[in-house]
Amino acid sequence: MAVTATRHGGSPIGIGSHRYEDNAATRERPWVRRLILTLALGFFILFVFMPLVVVFHQALSKGWGTAWRAVTDPDALAAVRLTLLAAGIAVPLNLVFGVAAAWAIARFEFRGKQVLSTLIDLPFSVSPVIAGLIWVLIFGAQGWFGHWFIEHDIKIIFAVPGIVLATIFVTFPFVARELIPLMQAQGRDDEEAATVLGASGLQTFWRVTLPNIKWGLLYGTILCNARAMGEFGAVSVVSGHIRGQTNTVPLHVEILYNEYNFAAAFAVASLLAMLALVTLALKSWVEWQANRPAASEKMMVRK
Amino acid sequence: MSAALSFFNPTGQTRVLPGFGLSLGYTLVYLSLVVLIPLAAVFIQTASLTGAEFWAIVTAPRVVATYKLSFGAALGAAAINVVFGLLLAWSLVRYSFPGKKLVDALIDLPFALPTAVAGISLSALWVGNGWLGGLLAPLGIQVAYTPFGVLVALIFIGVPFVVRAVQPVLEDLETELEEVAASLGAHRRQTFTRVLLPVLTPALLTGFALAFARGVGEYGSVIFIAGNIPMVSEITPLIIITKLEQYDESGATAVAVVMLLFSFLMLLAINLLQAWSGKRTGRNR
Repeated sequence: MAVTATRHGGSPIGIGSHRYEDNAATRERPWVRRLILTLALGFFILFVFMPLVVVFHQALSKGWGTAWRAVTDPDALAAVRLTLLAAGIAVPLNLVFGVAAAWAIARFEFRGKQVLSTLIDLPFSVSPVIAGLIWVLIFGAQGWFGHWFIEHDIKIIFAVPGIVLATIFVTFPFVARELIPLMQAQGRDDEEAATVLGASGLQTFWRVTLPNIKWGLLYGTILCNARAMGEFGAVSVVSGHIRGQTNTVPLHVEILYNEYNFAAAFAVASLLAMLALVTLALKSWVEWQANRPAASEKMMVRK
Repeated sequence: MSAALSFFNPTGQTRVLPGFGLSLGYTLVYLSLVVLIPLAAVFIQTASLTGAEFWAIVTAPRVVATYKLSFGAALGAAAINVVFGLLLAWSLVRYSFPGKKLVDALIDLPFALPTAVAGISLSALWVGNGWLGGLLAPLGIQVAYTPFGVLVALIFIGVPFVVRAVQPVLEDLETELEEVAASLGAHRRQTFTRVLLPVLTPALLTGFALAFARGVGEYGSVIFIAGNIPMVSEITPLIIITKLEQYDESGATAVAVVMLLFSFLMLLAINLLQAWSGKRTGRNR
């Protein structure tokens, strides 16, 4: 279920560790503690931190001017526009789906609920390459509807619609995955009270449900957007790699890299790395916001 | 419509809240159009092959070599991530150190960083004249463009899975458990192996399975560092693309079926593991 596995991140850490360090039963001997910290942080620096630093270091290896020219190149700008377009279509569609699915699953009992919940996770466990392949099988020249679309001169594969479809598939579960457990935990009492008091369905949703789920919704949308803008494998299969036309930003990075234009490739890649950092920062902020009311509630109970 | 709804609601209980038919109907239609029917296309396309043809494609030596690499490297990377993921989660929950909040936030970087960016940066890091590859080159160890490169990429991709599976379980653990163990005369090591490890095992296995499943299908972060030499450093997702580029759609689809069946098995295993983990730790998810 937690194929995103991010949902649990960022619970309020940092406040609790003294609890363990001041307790003889839960602390390790100093050399053990030093060893664990060295191994853990060494691993982190080697496998997470350095790959991030290298992106920016390589981007500026030929100076700011080269990096700037790579980023403002017409082909790069076309790639940015296409990436924004694909995400701009895929994210809202999956957001609406996520809300509908969470409403059905978390607010009602019905047969086959568990199966439905598992099926929603499917795209997470499918290789990105297969996520592209499926659209080739349906809309490609030899695909199910390939002939019809060729006759009517509509291009899906190796064109923008294919890229959008592939993006929708890989980002499909993100919002639903965040909302379902959140709404299940909150229960349906609030909405039932509103309905019994005479609120219409839409009123109940806007005034009761939405304020309750806003942080989870935002969180899911942020993750969905990051994946939509960064997807490579699925989009690569359906794109056709036509410069300035069917290249998203990650595909543009690949083309520059394969032309041995490393500084330019990393300069464009640094845009995506910055997007990733903004995503992580927003994610931490949302977690902090979402945890705040819960924390103050707990304190009030204690008093 | 009402007949269809009564299938989902066999007891016929009345519902207070509105929107059941609309939300469930929309969910089913969208799910079918975007996910189920397209995935079914893979299986339908494969049905045009005879059993013998299918078998010949998916057991061709070059394809089998990719399974060995993809599955082997994903297993190795997931195992390494279990060890270091546990150490990282332990450090984040139990110790205070400078930069802890930053480390905690950056653990999710492999999820947020587009895979193509990870691919080229790992490649730049581990090539013979890179920051890390340069350290290993004098020892005669080559990472980039070898199966080790695939392993390195899959370690990067798998980092968050184990940490984020174990971290919440560690946070919820009551210190009383360890206090009791200590007061009964257990050494710290005994407490860890006999008290803590059994509680953490389901979460560790869940993280392992998630990292493994992701690693087998991973494409973007691997192809730049792997070198993609047939029979040596070629991964299974790449062979699907190679076949597609040669207009061999049935070949690509046959290999895709093998990968999909594996994905379904892993999805089932992960669901069972999480149910077990939830029961073991009392975390209701």
